Amino acid sequence: MMAARAMWKGVIRFGDVEVPVKLYSAVQDRSVHFRLLHEKDRSPVKQAMVNPDTEEIVPHAETRRAYRTDEGSLVVFDKQELEALEPDSGRDIEVIRFMPPQVIDHRWYDRPYFLGPDGSESLYFALAEALGNSGKEGLARWVMRKKSYVGALRLHRGVPMLMSLRHEEQVVPVDALEPPKGKALDAKELDMARQLIGMLEAEFDPEAYHDEYRERVLELIEAKRRGKRVKVTPIRRREASDDLSKALEASLKKERKRA
Amino acid sequence: MPSPKSKTKPTPKDKRRTKEKDESAQGEENKRFHASGPRPLWSGTITFGLVSLPVNLYPANRPKPVSLRMVDRDGTPLARRYFCEKEERVLDYDELIRGYEVEKNEFVVVEDRELDSLAPEKSQEIDLKRFVGLDEIDPMYFERAYFMTPDKGVTKAYRLLAQSMEATGRAGIATFVMRGKEYLVAIIAEKGILRAETLRFAEELRTPDDIDLPEPSKVDKSRVKAMQQAIEALSEEDLEREALQDRQSQRIVARAEEKLERGEDVIALGEEDAPDVEPEQGGEVIDLMQVLKQSLAEGRPPGQDRREDTGKGQPDGRGKPAAKRSETKKRPSGQRGAGKRAAGESDGKAAPRGKRRPAELAELESLSRDELYERAQQLDVPGRSRMSKAELAKAIASAG
Repeated sequence: MMAARAMWKGVIRFGDVEVPVKLYSAVQDRSVHFRLLHEKDRSPVKQAMVNPDTEEIVPHAETRRAYRTDEGSLVVFDKQELEALEPDSGRDIEVIRFMPPQVIDHRWYDRPYFLGPDGSESLYFALAEALGNSGKEGLARWVMRKKSYVGALRLHRGVPMLMSLRHEEQVVPVDALEPPKGKALDAKELDMARQLIGMLEAEFDPEAYHDEYRERVLELIEAKRRGKRVKVTPIRRREASDDLSKALEASLKKERKRA
Repeated sequence: MPSPKSKTKPTPKDKRRTKEKDESAQGEENKRFHASGPRPLWSGTITFGLVSLPVNLYPANRPKPVSLRMVDRDGTPLARRYFCEKEERVLDYDELIRGYEVEKNEFVVVEDRELDSLAPEKSQEIDLKRFVGLDEIDPMYFERAYFMTPDKGVTKAYRLLAQSMEATGRAGIATFVMRGKEYLVAIIAEKGILRAETLRFAEELRTPDDIDLPEPSKVDKSRVKAMQQAIEALSEEDLEREALQDRQSQRIVARAEEKLERGEDVIALGEEDAPDVEPEQGGEVIDLMQVLKQSLAEGRPPGQDRREDTGKGQPDGRGKPAAKRSETKKRPSGQRGAGKRAAGESDGKAAPRGKRRPAELAELESLSRDELYERAQQLDVPGRSRMSKAELAKAIASAG
């Protein structure tokens, strides 16, 4: 595989520490990409901003942005104004605090980036070692391509990485929700359910899972390309189990047999 | 397409979201979640052994509540549309089909129902065949979270599974297909609530080996020590939520409020243009929390029953009644091969989205823009960052 290219360069800073780093996306897109076509001649379509009343295309240069207030007014911004509000671009990745691992729950995690050295390798490896020794995770802020980020500075298999985080309001807190209610659960059923979980216990092996569906989509495309007919099967939904005890008993029996 | 009344309808909002400059700020009044509808993102069945448990998936992540929309010089909110360069006209969504480029300018047309039937089971089922220790999953795998709510008020199996998983500290692992993409998913129980967290496939993640990192070199121990001291000096036990605030959005809101106070560049909208009225939601603003709470309690979100017969009747196709939409989408069975369809027929016209099950577009439209954006991103829908919610839904139905 070709080595990934750095997507951005920055400088990790905390206290007197300065470590120049390169950011590499840790995610690679594997989706199958489709394009929208005009049905008539199968030519790819273009997009434009349109006045929905007149269906007239409005050139980009004539568009502006508006903030909508709760009361229903629009406050219009021109491009210069918005540019002026953009965060100051810089190269700093400022670590504002360090915390024990897991203080930042994975639900805040958004996108992972590996860090590599930008210039000084000794500083970079010193940072990796210091992070490893301290066992701490940093909380950092930086501005990348005119967007401000909050992220976690941590190690992945000894390699420093930044995990960008969701903002405060973007994660629905579980505490704000009430679980479904109902009659007390049957102790025997609970016990059977736990047994079944126990029988299905395994190590997490991420390599064991593959996006098979993607392969099928590509096969479908290939088949259609060769002019093959494609069979379409309708899908239907399963019914809920009405007798839980019976279903659990039968499941346990089946698993025992398999084991 | 524009009806005489279309002027009064809440035009597509251009909620440029996350990616670029329009960020949101927080405040109590902004806590509200404008855009999540009552429809679940995915409906299907969890199978646990021979136990079948019907569930609905709702987003556990919210969009930023503040966003900017694109307007013309007069302040008319604009819509992102597709157009044909040759004919120099805006195309209706019904005139669009989805193709995969096999060679330069050569496309294989693919229909949604063909995609659905590629994995009929996985599109309907999350089969929990493995349970793993929650702490075994490297957090780097986690991508997005969804709450699962019991469907049709069937809560017993739900509660049983949640309680047993929580007691054993285990997460269920499975793969399933949601809207044209397969996901690896961890089902996690917390406080009696089941959550589906999509995980990245191993093949979607790079490893440090994929990056040209140099061989570890000798480090200066005193430097490491100095860094550790700097780390200690900044150490705290907790994370204050304020640290996660979105400052960029706060700046935009602050500036908007200044301008509002001065009456500068302010356009007052008419009653019908009331900002909170989302045509996709039958004129109601549905709060994600409200949807979640009610779905967890009753297995049915608020407003779901009414969607079919009310509200959707916003003037113009965007707010087309769900019932009508289903009708146009009905297609004779037995049709296959998108390219061979007779064009111009009502069913043919519905092509790009008609291949979906009837409720699906309505479902899509009820998602938050954030959620839709995420789908659009996965599907690489062009121009997605500037699409309104409704546009995203349509583009996804067509592209996804």
